[in-house]
Amino acid sequence: MDDDRVFKALSDPTRRHLLDRLFERDGRTLTELESELEMTRFGVMKHLRVLEDAGLVVARRSGREKLHFLNPVPIRLIHDRWIDKYTERRVSALADLKSELEDAG
Amino acid sequence: MSTVVTEINTTQVYQLYIKADPEQIWEAITQPDWTQKYFYGSRTSFDLRPGGHLHAVAGDDESQELVEGEVLEADPPRKLVHTWRALYDPELAGEEPSRVTWEIEQGEDGVSLLTVVHDRLEGAPKTAQNVSGTGWMRVLSGLKTVLETGEPLAG
Repeated sequence: MDDDRVFKALSDPTRRHLLDRLFERDGRTLTELESELEMTRFGVMKHLRVLEDAGLVVARRSGREKLHFLNPVPIRLIHDRWIDKYTERRVSALADLKSELEDAG
Repeated sequence: MSTVVTEINTTQVYQLYIKADPEQIWEAITQPDWTQKYFYGSRTSFDLRPGGHLHAVAGDDESQELVEGEVLEADPPRKLVHTWRALYDPELAGEEPSRVTWEIEQGEDGVSLLTVVHDRLEGAPKTAQNVSGTGWMRVLSGLKTVLETGEPLAG
């Protein structure tokens, strides 16, 4: 699960759409997912494979069915690594600015 | 904000790679000195036999029970299955027990794949809501951090 694969997987609108569908209702078969997209079964399979390789989707067998689950962990790790870091600095810079202005006034 | 109404997911799957051996991960899941470092500060003890119990407790005198469950399957260091009843909130405690499955697969270069499945949540919708989102995620990223760095997650 490296960051490159996650970013690459997220760079495609169809794949983001698939993640949103799973977010709404998790544990779906290929057939269910396919029925909501204007795309061939093969196309959907290909996108699911990229999502699986990135660890964003985990496929598990349930009886005779293969169900696809959203795995939120890689996005969380990206969030911890990339989002938190920069938003925190931005927020603290604003806080510093505020106190500087207030001290000056 | 999005107005999409999401259904309650009665099966939740979390998967992550951890740079640790399956044995180390197993220890970290089943030993209270480890769980204290990443499981919301709670000390979890397992009686690792089918029918054995687990208790997650907190507080200085360990009087506060957070989670209880029954071990359904224990196959160290690969698979652990147990029931889950949250006691930290009376509303959750009143719901049906659900089930948690931990699967550990040895990978290459000392990296293992940990999969956590929390399912049978049909009779526990509030629990399902409570553990999703940051619930399990915080636990699992904490587990990864503590195993890889030796230090608990800050904050």
